[in-house]
Amino acid sequence: MTLATSQGLPAGRIERSLAHEERVRLLVDASRRIRRRELEMVRTAGLGHIGGDFSATDIVVVLLLAVLNIDPLHPHFPDRDRFVMSKGHSSAALYATLATCGFFAASLLDEYMKPLSPLSGHPDAKKVPGVEASSGPLGHGLPIAVGMAVAAELDGSKRRTFCLVGDGELQEGSNWEALMAAGHRGLERLAVIVDRNGLQQGASTEETSRLNPLAAKARAFGWGVAEVAGHDHAALLSAFEGLPVDAGKPSFVIARTHKGYPVSFMQDRVEWHHKVPSAGELEAALNELL
Amino acid sequence: MTSTTQRGPLFDCRDTFASTMEAVAETDPRLVVVCSDSVGSSKLVDFKRRFPDRLVNVGIAEQAMLGIAAGLANGGKRPVVSGASCFITARGLEQIKVDLAYTNANVTVCGMSPGVAYGELGPTHHSIEDVAWLRAIDNLVVIVPADPAETGQALRAAIEHEGPAFVRVSRMGVPAVYGAGYNFQIGKACRVVEGSDATLIANGTMLSRALEAAKALAGYGVSARVVSMPTVKPLDTEEVAAAAEETGAIITVEEHSVRGGLGGAVAEAVVTGRPVPMRILGFRGFLPTGSASWLFEYAGLTADGISGAVMEVLGRKEGRRQRFSP
Repeated sequence: MTLATSQGLPAGRIERSLAHEERVRLLVDASRRIRRRELEMVRTAGLGHIGGDFSATDIVVVLLLAVLNIDPLHPHFPDRDRFVMSKGHSSAALYATLATCGFFAASLLDEYMKPLSPLSGHPDAKKVPGVEASSGPLGHGLPIAVGMAVAAELDGSKRRTFCLVGDGELQEGSNWEALMAAGHRGLERLAVIVDRNGLQQGASTEETSRLNPLAAKARAFGWGVAEVAGHDHAALLSAFEGLPVDAGKPSFVIARTHKGYPVSFMQDRVEWHHKVPSAGELEAALNELL
Repeated sequence: MTSTTQRGPLFDCRDTFASTMEAVAETDPRLVVVCSDSVGSSKLVDFKRRFPDRLVNVGIAEQAMLGIAAGLANGGKRPVVSGASCFITARGLEQIKVDLAYTNANVTVCGMSPGVAYGELGPTHHSIEDVAWLRAIDNLVVIVPADPAETGQALRAAIEHEGPAFVRVSRMGVPAVYGAGYNFQIGKACRVVEGSDATLIANGTMLSRALEAAKALAGYGVSARVVSMPTVKPLDTEEVAAAAEETGAIITVEEHSVRGGLGGAVAEAVVTGRPVPMRILGFRGFLPTGSASWLFEYAGLTADGISGAVMEVLGRKEGRRQRFSP
């Protein structure tokens, strides 16, 4: 079976020693395969947030498979990099990627949201290896990530902290408390990535409660700001490996994404926030991810 | 258990909080204090001077403060979060539930100046619901210490505890209640005065008043047991059951709403164990403005008020005995 037609989960994390082009090629294929698994998980569970899963997948895949210093065999080693998935509703993307890394068996993904499953609709840090913070209520992850970065500073450690937030989530005030605190402290080894798909549950962010000019707001709070194409693996890899954006400041990476990407009938459609694909839609979507 | 019921010097338990933080910081490198512009009101000026890197002042931002503490705990620290109880518990309730309790983070949350300590500032600054809403959260220890010794011991126990804890730290002057040799343990009540007619169960600033009431009642020939219940959760249900079994009447006293606090916790244990006549003493509804001591008078949280409540419950206990005796 060639890579292009492989349909199971990818083999695992991607060696840093490989050539950049090869890493990117493997990441692109990993995202495709992981998205297929997310579709099956949501279809089987009859619940989920596939639109946000798909918009976040490439960011999560690049970070967990290629960027973070983590060890699935030792998920709690003290000096690991930290990744906080603040948009906890995109749990299918997180779980499928963690399984790919080897934090738990891929067969567990079949238990997504089933009774007594550790893989709840929103991640539980106590039950799922690799999940650093329980999330679900919006606006929680970024303050936690700030605390993780302060702890690293107190330890004199070079470990990094990454936090993925949804864009609609930024309407929660707790984020701005944390943005202010991190900017004030100049937490250089902290990065927040905004999954800027422009849509929240009911409408666009700009129609609901305007976020723009988002980059200017983050700069005004003392952050170094970068914008990146959020489905371009090479661009994401370069952006994450080039952090911090500005020396002496935390980094605010706005990843321009599309909800439901790349499935034609899901992309940028607000109803796919938490719609579950029918059998026909599942087949059509899988066919777009061959 | 030895105790003093006479009014000696009064202590501000925030002083104990500050000295305990410094003492723990000297020996435990994991300790970090996190506060929200509350360096002065938490009496942390000396701590800041001695351990500047280990005082994280996040500004006036309770929600972020609690999340930051959870992140510090993830990094192996033992954060102690300090802020006015009225703000930290209400504003940060979801963070306490999810980031600390659900996650089982090793964080101690200190509710400073709880109850009606900020009496004159009005009901916005009264914190008479904190125990009720925190008690409903699973996996969260809730402690209301009564005096400086208990405050210091409770703080050390909370920091060592694997999981989150909430500790009320009183601003209102309290006498030293416990004698030398008192040993606080999470989840353990302390029978301060023996008695057989009724049991007063109290904590925080109300323990010394319950002791005064017991002394006054003794003058009327009423033998009132006084149980100190510093840990509201997990509750020492064995001590509650013993009070019901051995004295047949229970009166709880707390600087808190009558809904859902210590009284609620004890009532749950009593009605599902051995029902006996009860009274729950505390505050009812939003309070008027006035000093803390004036508000205690207003609500009947005095030795006289407590004694009167005990007599009322004893009347019901007696009536019940007559009704149910052959």
